Amino acid sequence: MMEKMLRTFYNGIIPENPTLRLVIGMCPVLAVTTAVVNSVWMGLAVIFVLTASNTLISLLRKFIPDKIRIPCFIVVIATFTTIADLVLAAVQPDVHKILGVFVPLIVVNCIILGRAEAFASKNPVHLALADGVGMGIGFTLAIMVLASIREILGSGSWFGIRLMPAGFEPATVMILPPGAFISLGFLLGTMNLVTARLAVRTSRSKQKSSSCAAHAGLEG
Amino acid sequence: MEYLAIIIGGIFINNYIFSRFLGLCPFLGVSKQVETATGMGMAVIFVMTMASAVTWLIQNLILVPLHLEYMQTVAFILVIAALVQFVEMVIMKVSPVLYQALGIYLPLITTNCAVLGVALLNAMEGYGFLQAVVSGAANALGWTLAILLFAGIRERWAFIDIPPSMQGFPIALVATGLMSIAFFGFQGLFRGILF
Repeated sequence: MMEKMLRTFYNGIIPENPTLRLVIGMCPVLAVTTAVVNSVWMGLAVIFVLTASNTLISLLRKFIPDKIRIPCFIVVIATFTTIADLVLAAVQPDVHKILGVFVPLIVVNCIILGRAEAFASKNPVHLALADGVGMGIGFTLAIMVLASIREILGSGSWFGIRLMPAGFEPATVMILPPGAFISLGFLLGTMNLVTARLAVRTSRSKQKSSSCAAHAGLEG
Repeated sequence: MEYLAIIIGGIFINNYIFSRFLGLCPFLGVSKQVETATGMGMAVIFVMTMASAVTWLIQNLILVPLHLEYMQTVAFILVIAALVQFVEMVIMKVSPVLYQALGIYLPLITTNCAVLGVALLNAMEGYGFLQAVVSGAANALGWTLAILLFAGIRERWAFIDIPPSMQGFPIALVATGLMSIAFFGFQGLFRGILF
C-alpha cells in the first residue's frame, strides 16, 4: 500500500507533471510567476485545494450519482477554494492582492477538476490523497522554476534578494506578459528535449524495465 | 466616454489573452483552424455577455443585501454552469443551425476561466449593470480577436520545419508571446485621451 502511494505521489511530480507534461491549467502558471514569493503562495493554495477536494471526492465517490458528478465536484472544489481565498486574505493580504482574481479562479483550474474526474472519483482515499499532494507539489515546483527564471532575469533578484551585480540591467520584458509566454515556451521545449534524450539513452542501454522505456518513448 | 474606455481597454489594452492570462486552455486547444476558432469565439462572446449580466444581478440583488459576499465564488460558478446548460438547451430548440455551429463548444465554456474571470473582475471594479454587460462583451470580443489572429498564424506554420522538441505547445507559447509584445504597443496608445 505504501509503495503504491509513493508511486502515485511521484507520478504527479515528474512523469505526469500537470504543468510541464500535461500542459493543463496554464492561466495561473503565466499570471502569478512574476516573483517567486507569489508563486509559492499560489502553489500552497493549489496544494490545499487539490488535496482536500481529491480526498473528499474520493470519500464521496460511492454516493455521488454519475449523471450529476461534475456539478458535485465543482461545489466541493468551490468550497475549498473559498476557504483558501479567505485564509490567504487573512494571512498574507499583500500577496492576496497581487494574486487577485487567480485565487478564486482555482475553481475552474483544469488540473483540479481533471484529477477529480480522472483519478479521485475512481480510486480509494489514500491514493487520491497521494495523487492530490503529488500533483500539487508538481504544479508548485513547475511554477517556482518559471518564476525563478522570470524574477532573476526580469528583476535581478530571487525571493526578493538581489542576486545580480549592480551593473546588471534587468530585462523588464521578462516580468511583463510577453516574457511569461516566451519563457514558458522555451521551458517546455527544453523539457521535451531532455526527455527525448533520456528516452533514447534508456532504449539503447535497455537496462530499465520495458514498461518504463515504453512510457518514456511515448512522451518523447 | 466611460464606455468607450471599457471597450477599447477590454479589446486591446487589457486583452484577456495577451495581458491578463484568462481563458488560455481553449485558446491553445481550439486554435488549430480558423473555422473552429470562430465557433468558439462566438460561443464565448454569447456566454460572457450573458454571464456578466446574470452574475451582476446575483451579486447586487442577492449577495450584497444579504452580506454573503464570501459566497461569491460558489454562487458564480454554479450560476455560470447552469446558464451554460440552459443556453445550450435554448439554442438546441430555437435554432438547430446555430446549435450545429456552437454546440460542441458550449459545454467546454463552463470551465473557461475567462467567464468566471469577467464576473469576478466586474464585481471587483464595482461596475454598474450596463458597464458590466459592456465589459463582458468587449472582453469577449478581445478574446475572440486574439484566438482568430492566432488561428490564422497557426494554420500557416503547419508547413514549417520546427525542431521536434519545440513542436506543439512550446512554439505556440512563444508565438503568443510575440503577439503579446505586439499588443503591448496599445498600452500607451490612448493614455491622456481616455484614461
